[in-house]
Amino acid sequence: MSETTTAPRPDERMKQVAPWRRALIRPELGGICGTILVFLLFGAIAGDSGMFAAEGVLNWTVVSAQFMVIAVGACLLMIAGEFDLSVGSMIGFAGVMMAILSVQMGWPMWAAITATFAFCILLGAINGWLVIRTGLPSFIVTLAFLYILRGLTIWGSVYFTRQTIIGGVAERAQGDWLAALFGGKILGGLFTWMGDAGWIATFTKGNRAGQPVIDGVPMLVVWAIGLAIFGHWLLTRTKFGNWVFAAGGDAQAARYVGVPVNRVKILMFMFSAFCACVFASCQVMEFGSAAADRGLLKEFEAIICVVIGGALLTGGYGSVIGAALGAIIFGVVQQGLFFANAESSLFRVFLGMILLIAVIMNTYIRRIITGER
Amino acid sequence: MSAAILEMKNITKHFGPVIALNGVSFDVRAGECHCLLGDNGAGKSTFIKTMSGVYRPTEGQMLVDGQTVAFASPRDAMAAGIATVYQDLAMIPLMSVSRNFWMGREPEKGIWPFRTMNSKFADDITVAEMRKMGINLRGPDQAVGTLSGGERQTVAIARAVYFGAKVLILDEPTSALGVRQTANVLSTVDRVRKQGIGVVFITHNVRHALAVGDRFTVLNRGQTLGTAERGAVDASALQDLMAGGQELATLESSLGGTV
Ligand SMILES: Nc1ncnc2c1ncn2[C@@H]1O[C@H](COP(=O)(O)OP(=O)(O)O)[C@@H](O)[C@H]1O
Ligand SMILES: [Mg+2]
Repeated sequence: MSETTTAPRPDERMKQVAPWRRALIRPELGGICGTILVFLLFGAIAGDSGMFAAEGVLNWTVVSAQFMVIAVGACLLMIAGEFDLSVGSMIGFAGVMMAILSVQMGWPMWAAITATFAFCILLGAINGWLVIRTGLPSFIVTLAFLYILRGLTIWGSVYFTRQTIIGGVAERAQGDWLAALFGGKILGGLFTWMGDAGWIATFTKGNRAGQPVIDGVPMLVVWAIGLAIFGHWLLTRTKFGNWVFAAGGDAQAARYVGVPVNRVKILMFMFSAFCACVFASCQVMEFGSAAADRGLLKEFEAIICVVIGGALLTGGYGSVIGAALGAIIFGVVQQGLFFANAESSLFRVFLGMILLIAVIMNTYIRRIITGER
Repeated sequence: MSAAILEMKNITKHFGPVIALNGVSFDVRAGECHCLLGDNGAGKSTFIKTMSGVYRPTEGQMLVDGQTVAFASPRDAMAAGIATVYQDLAMIPLMSVSRNFWMGREPEKGIWPFRTMNSKFADDITVAEMRKMGINLRGPDQAVGTLSGGERQTVAIARAVYFGAKVLILDEPTSALGVRQTANVLSTVDRVRKQGIGVVFITHNVRHALAVGDRFTVLNRGQTLGTAERGAVDASALQDLMAGGQELATLESSLGGTV
């Protein structure tokens, strides 16, 4: 070729941006700053309350992990351009279904859990299919499921057991391999060793004297971290992740270049249902019981985490890491105010303020990145 | 003279009672830029949507490389090497240039289930292809939303060319652009043509057409008024044809030849 390929001049109208600043400008920035901020804040006002001792750390870690599990599902779905308002009801439903199958019907725990997961993921697929088929906003379709599932949960629970709380799951879960995946703990030996070494507190009296106050990391926390890593990897590293962004960014444009938008959206509804089931299973195993009112308002809390984490409500933009940080912020604030002995009603005030600040900051960051006007 | 890659013969298209196209013939050869001119409502968009598989012609024949074809969908047309860049571009502003460039055709590496997007490869190709088109990206992760209208057109064109388009259809690519950006898009069209791709360039701006066109076809109220070679027509003749002759002639005399 005779044509010389000279590199075009850099655009003289583009301000040179320092590399460190460019690395900093990312969707998670709001979440990172928020996380640092809440830790500093509660370090100052609740530092001597035991919040940062072993037991306190476990306390807010578990709460944050709960939020994280459902936030990851909500995040991917929101980036794909849809909402799932039935997450909270799905949590209640899954727990009760699991308990009825195992306690009332006498199924082995692993079978009850598997059947519940399968059925709930099917419900997620139906959610997605209805949204795609009717072209209605997912807000409306899943709002309908919010009521349908909650109603069915209460009805089913009363019909089978005459109660809205079903106990006895702990006994059924005893020694079950699948139940241990949700209710078990890992790294027990490490904590015993740390207790012996005097790094963490041990019980001083009672029948557990000498044992560390923490006997392991709950599987819930493992699930939360695992789901966040998986979600982040899926979204940023794989072809499917690119389709998730594309489906939420502009479904028509994506379809035009051959992205299977419907399949992507339905799969994300199913993943959201899966996350709700993980939440429900861990909760049922922890409490040893299921209750028909579990999971109330969880759908909104998940969405709040996702939005704090920098995702765009209209889809096509966001970060799983951001959503995970949003969950940590949510958990630390909720439990931190408790440790700080604050009036519990102030929690909502605080949360509302954080939400507002995070969203304003994220809007600003996003404008820098994407050139939105 | 090379044979036509794409040939449209006597295409009619009716929308219920509306006759949008009434027997339009048109062809495009490798390495040429064939301009399709016409006033608003002349049927340009309808015609190229027929070419790109969005609409089925009511009557008429379509040939690709001499073979009769019938496209059931835009995907069929794309598979036959006919790529269309619409005015709305099918780009996602929130996503990076690289992600947009590869959308729907992401390169992968590794083995399932750990297969990932080959981002390095994708980014390198994107930067290289954009550079060929005269655009220096800040980085492959720059969002499309930060690009100007002309640059976005160029990304869409570069994408179509990279994925092997034989015919590139551009629907009014310059109508919303400023002078400088229009010049960039026109020079992109020129580059693409030199690679041996047949370009169909739709516009209602005679000057833009004359700047790059090899042949010119004017559409007026759903009919062609013939095709002219470069050099055989001038701006005022094309202008006249677009307006249907008479009206503009009278208008022009009253405006003193400024249109
Ligand atoms: N889907 C449609 N249904 C009915 N009439 C249409 C449709 N699309 C285009 N038309 C009519 O066909 C004519 C040509 O339109 P169009 O191809 O968009 O013109 P252009 O792109 O040259 O401005 C117009 O009169 C328009 O109203
Ligand atoms: Mg048009």
